[in-house]
Amino acid sequence: MTRVAAGGRIDRNTELAFTFDGKAYRGYAGDTLASALLANGVHQVATSICYGRPRGIMAAGVEDANALVQIETPFPEPMLTATTVELYDGLVARGLQGQGRLADLPDQARYDAMHEHCDVLVVGAGPSGLMSALTAARAGARVVLLDDQPELGGSLLASRNQLAEWVSAVTSELNSLATVRVLRRTTAFGYYDDGFVLALEKRTDHLGAAAPPAAARQRIWRIRARQVILATGAHERPVVFADNDRPGIMLAGAGRAYLNRYGVLGGNRVVVFTTNDSAYTAALDLADAGAAVTVVDARTEIPQHPAAECARRGVALKAGHVVTGTSGNGRVTGAHIAPYADGKAGARQGIGCDLLLVSGGWNPTVHLFSQARGKLRYDESLGAFVPGSSVKAVRVAGSAAGVFTLSGCLSGAADAAVAALQELGLSSAPPALPSLDAEPETTPGLVLWAVPDKGDESGPCRRFVDFQRDSTVADILRATGAGLTSVEHVKRYTTIGTAHDQGKTSGMIASGIMAEALSTDKHQVEVASLGTTTFRPPYASVAFAALAGRDRGEIFDPVRVTEIHPWHLEHGAVFENVGQWKRPRYYPQRSAAGSIEDIDTAVLRECRTTRESVGMMDGSTLGKINVQGSDAGEFLDRLYTNLMSTLKPGFIRYGAMCGMDGMIIDDGTVARVSDTEFVLTTTTGNAAMILDWMEEFAQTEWPELRVNLTSVTEQWVTIALVGPRSRDVLASVAAELDLSNEAFGFMTWRDASVAGIEARICRISFSGELAYELNVNAWDGLALWEALIEAGKPYGITPYGTETMHVLRAEKGYPIIGQDTDGTVTPQDLGMGWVVSKKKLDFIGKRSFSRAENQRPDRKQLVGLLPVDRTVLLDEGAQVLATADLSQLPVPMLGHVTSSYRSAALDGTFALALVRAGRERIGQRLHAWQDGELVSVTVTDPVLYDKEGARRDG
Amino acid sequence: MQLIRCPWCGSREEVEFHYGGQAHVSYPENPAELSDAEWARYVFFRANPRGPLAERWVHAAGCRRWFNAVRDTSTHELLAVYRIGEPQPEVAR
Amino acid sequence: MTENVRPLPSGPGADLPEHPKFLWRNPDPKPSYDVVIVGGGGHGLATAYYLAKNHGITNVAVLEKGWLAGGNMARNTTIIRSNYLWDESSGIYEHSLKLWEGLEEDLGYPILFSQRGVLNLAHSLQDVRDSVRRVNANRLNGIDAEWVDPAQVKELCPIVNISPDVRYPVLGATYQPRAGIAKHDYVAWGFARGANEYGIDLIQNCEVTGIDVVGGKVVGLQTTRGRIATGKVALAAAGHSSVLASMVGLSLPIQSHPLQALVSELLEPIHPTVVMSNAVHVYVSQAHKGELVMGAGIDSYNGYGQRGAFHIIERQMSAALELFPVFARAHLLRSWAGIVDTTPDASPIVGLTPIENLYLNCGWGTGGFKATPGVGWCFAHTVAHDQAHPYNAPFTLDRFTTGALVDEHGAAAVAH
Repeated sequence: MTRVAAGGRIDRNTELAFTFDGKAYRGYAGDTLASALLANGVHQVATSICYGRPRGIMAAGVEDANALVQIETPFPEPMLTATTVELYDGLVARGLQGQGRLADLPDQARYDAMHEHCDVLVVGAGPSGLMSALTAARAGARVVLLDDQPELGGSLLASRNQLAEWVSAVTSELNSLATVRVLRRTTAFGYYDDGFVLALEKRTDHLGAAAPPAAARQRIWRIRARQVILATGAHERPVVFADNDRPGIMLAGAGRAYLNRYGVLGGNRVVVFTTNDSAYTAALDLADAGAAVTVVDARTEIPQHPAAECARRGVALKAGHVVTGTSGNGRVTGAHIAPYADGKAGARQGIGCDLLLVSGGWNPTVHLFSQARGKLRYDESLGAFVPGSSVKAVRVAGSAAGVFTLSGCLSGAADAAVAALQELGLSSAPPALPSLDAEPETTPGLVLWAVPDKGDESGPCRRFVDFQRDSTVADILRATGAGLTSVEHVKRYTTIGTAHDQGKTSGMIASGIMAEALSTDKHQVEVASLGTTTFRPPYASVAFAALAGRDRGEIFDPVRVTEIHPWHLEHGAVFENVGQWKRPRYYPQRSAAGSIEDIDTAVLRECRTTRESVGMMDGSTLGKINVQGSDAGEFLDRLYTNLMSTLKPGFIRYGAMCGMDGMIIDDGTVARVSDTEFVLTTTTGNAAMILDWMEEFAQTEWPELRVNLTSVTEQWVTIALVGPRSRDVLASVAAELDLSNEAFGFMTWRDASVAGIEARICRISFSGELAYELNVNAWDGLALWEALIEAGKPYGITPYGTETMHVLRAEKGYPIIGQDTDGTVTPQDLGMGWVVSKKKLDFIGKRSFSRAENQRPDRKQLVGLLPVDRTVLLDEGAQVLATADLSQLPVPMLGHVTSSYRSAALDGTFALALVRAGRERIGQRLHAWQDGELVSVTVTDPVLYDKEGARRDG
Repeated sequence: MQLIRCPWCGSREEVEFHYGGQAHVSYPENPAELSDAEWARYVFFRANPRGPLAERWVHAAGCRRWFNAVRDTSTHELLAVYRIGEPQPEVAR
Repeated sequence: MTENVRPLPSGPGADLPEHPKFLWRNPDPKPSYDVVIVGGGGHGLATAYYLAKNHGITNVAVLEKGWLAGGNMARNTTIIRSNYLWDESSGIYEHSLKLWEGLEEDLGYPILFSQRGVLNLAHSLQDVRDSVRRVNANRLNGIDAEWVDPAQVKELCPIVNISPDVRYPVLGATYQPRAGIAKHDYVAWGFARGANEYGIDLIQNCEVTGIDVVGGKVVGLQTTRGRIATGKVALAAAGHSSVLASMVGLSLPIQSHPLQALVSELLEPIHPTVVMSNAVHVYVSQAHKGELVMGAGIDSYNGYGQRGAFHIIERQMSAALELFPVFARAHLLRSWAGIVDTTPDASPIVGLTPIENLYLNCGWGTGGFKATPGVGWCFAHTVAHDQAHPYNAPFTLDRFTTGALVDEHGAAAVAH
């Protein structure tokens, strides 16, 4: 056992059972999977992706580049680092070789998102973050403090209870304030524009199978902060040497964290290899815990105070030495050390060890600062990039700012908060700093990226830079040798920094090695000028499901249904998605024997009944826009291709709209209610777009016009009552209304009571039949529908859906915008020159009609196509050819079939198509090509049914 | 995600707005008099600078009003917002 | 240090091919060149390569303001396909796809071109019509294309959710078997190395600050590394084209927008093909190393900042999980944005300009990567002959005046 007898922040009363790589182990509440494994003497956790080398645990936090695991229970989750998985009872995990496995079952966990607004966001609850948050909170600011750990304290948690009372007091105070929100287990992973910070809170992961199923497992916090203080700390950086990747080699700070926080002594014979003062604390802590420790310090000048402390404990100290390599079969068994001078390592000797701690200095965690467009500055003495510019509303505090003394961090953090508060107009008195032991004088660190090697890197010894990518110093040298001079190129050539840890421990070192490699006697290449690769979001990986949140399944996109929807459901309608709407496509009937009509039979029946007697359709999804104002007519004149201002109240006109480019974008009817009010309809799918289009012109182009626009789509239910017997049906429920053609002519509207419901009835037809479109208040819609169904029973009335509507309109050659057009079609192409006003000087799109391309005689035009064999149904999307000779590809195409149906009225199949110079080709025989098959067709006028319009008036 | 100041409602999240492209491009007085090239210019060509751009936004999920803004396209920094009809303010970059 | 000879690696990360020992020189700019290409991205490098290879023009410099292929070439989702609707688009993209098919051999570079097929899903009846139309047009244009039903979609990509009970069910898909992906950096570096071997100067950290025009003719460039005289200038600067063109008073009908993309961590092979869905804005493949590569929708506003808004990514994830529920616990590892230059008709502009000896290649929007060899080939021809190649002849700047657009979004051929 390597768990020490006492100490640490684990709960020794709560034992947890877990399984790793098939073996059962036990740990304690408060452990991470990594600390529990180490406590059980398990150092080898994973296997390297490329060379299959054993790999261990190198860090104690998110920066670990080695200890990749796959969780299997309670639910498979790939590619987590053992250092970030809190231990729970029943955890089953295994080590990975660089690739994880996704579950093949759906994830039943819930995920959600919260919006938060605050005055001051403090990222990181180490000493600096706590100090900043306390300062801001006491000034009355609304504060959010977040930290990725389950408890606050940051780097102090890895210490021997340093400032523990202060942390506990600050935590209590912050928790007690209503203006402060403290988020634990929460990682800020992205800084976006204007103080927008994204964070992931892991709410129930640590509970394992005991997580309440109704609780969101993870939550995205979308935090909009007026001021941000980044107290994100620093990551320790290793030094590269040969065989630096064995299990049992870890960062010095991690070795200390495992001891002090988790009560785990990672080894009994410990070598600490350092280039700076910070690792001495680890050496002393481990020595005090009973380990035999040797410190190898690359510097010849070593810090006095820790040296004395070492001597007092019998810790051997090899100044001016480096570790050049290691031995071991699996876990490290020895370090090779050698004197180091003038950048060269001398003769090496071996020291036996079972734990090798390494410290090459600290890299401030500047990810979020960099994402906030902060510029970084290379600090020669730290060998790291530090914040180097000011960013509006962002401050960096503590070691993230390159400050590495506790007192400096605390006072700097208080200052940062005061400055932030000042910008918010809040005055503050910074809290008193906790009393600290005098911090010993520091000795400058040595910036050492990689210990020079004897030169043979082809053997089994390798100097790894990015452990997870198995990328080495040799790889960097190969890249620079290939002519690469940009860090981005070297990253891509070597793949350093592209793995799960995104180069947290390797990126800086790679830049350093690269600078040395590119430097010549004549030309020194500075790390500062090479820079570093970009710190892209997210700072730490985030599950896709967490980002998707609740916007899945039914609420992926809103479902819109009409007031009559329950009736459609009850009567077995088959639905079609049209934009966000659910529309009945057809209503299959169930026979007595229980068989259900197929679509073709149902549609033929619906069409026949409607043409021969009466049918009805729920048209409520049509977009409806109310246009009011004294300039409403003038306004519509500018938008529609035809004149609307001349329309008289009580009358209706068909209208089309074009884009600036002259291509038709929508059509519908315009009813004039009064001198100053119109109601217009749009296609279902374009309703919002057309309202926006009109609103844009009203507000930005012609603000002088007095006009107001209101969507009334949802306010009205619209029912089309269609067919030769529609008048009879309507008459039976609207006794007071004179329905004669003389009194109520085509393209007019009347208000009347229908089955006791106030209705606006429009005599318009999208089928060529006598038809009425009834509009009622939405809440009356279902009642009216049922009343009409009832009234229509004597006539065998049928409800019909979009499919029948399409057939009926196509038989009449009426195009559907978006089906028979594709954004490249003008009204003239559709044969609707009549809808384009010759009187108006201008309207939107008019000028484009006279462009060269629009004048071509061979534009594609809407025509009808009749298959020679009228039992053959053309595919919508079939291509139209002049030739049947397919021997030479490409084959010139004349156009395509836009609509194609079986028709009861036409007794066979028919189609509409856009065909080059189509109108000239009427009567010609062409070919439709569909999926390898050629079908002979005859070009016709698009109007195939009731050309004379005889049926319109019943 | 940008925080955009609607001149009518105040600062709101970007998701509430729709973008409308370059501002101050007026519909031609008399399109019929324009050459094809001049008309194409109006229909298809818009400024695309790297730096401050006067552009239009609409507070689509709010007051539904259009307004103008000067925004730096290289930093997304909103330099000014102003109502339709108001002159474009001078902004310091 | 001695050259490292890597021992034979064994793990799942081992099958990435190694880059060549040498890629390119880093010369200082010469005082003058016959041709200067502005923009060292995929298009610029391919143009340089084909100028030398096809036309014997080698006194050429490629100027890159940052690092070679560091713009959209380094940021795209590497999808390659040619199943566009219109004849004009089919022509240039299919020409490109044919070049892709021989590119590895031609460049002598392992570009990891994988013809794993691309599915474009249909989610509405109109999607189906548009898809069938496009498939038929593709086949008559000599491009492999099939319409496949949901069950076939499932066969080609077993992880796609084809349940009819989802918000926007999969109603079928178009399938182009010859389509696929390639490794973007490798492609760019292959062209760069090839161009370098022909003696072409690739000059990085060299930003163009001015274009010298005398008598309506381009004569040279002002750069941050000094003035360079040249007979011809070829602009291949994608999202930065407007800024460059404005130096000679030329306006372009393009707008530069952020376009975001992302990758997951490395996963065991799970996704054998490429799936794109225009309706729910998803396109995803699994790259060679094992990461899921996804693109998001374009951010609506103009932006040169190479960053977008996060709600676009969140929306993207919702859509991805609708189609691929098994992705739930994959993790977003890295996200980024490029600057895409969009045109009013979603088709590029490649050809001559009103200024003599100034050539333009821009407006590829989201389609630039797949066009790389094709447009390099055609743009080189255009520069060499002062005349468009038949494949890029339709993509003139003039089409916005005549109205002869090649409207690929109206035709619902998915972008990207």
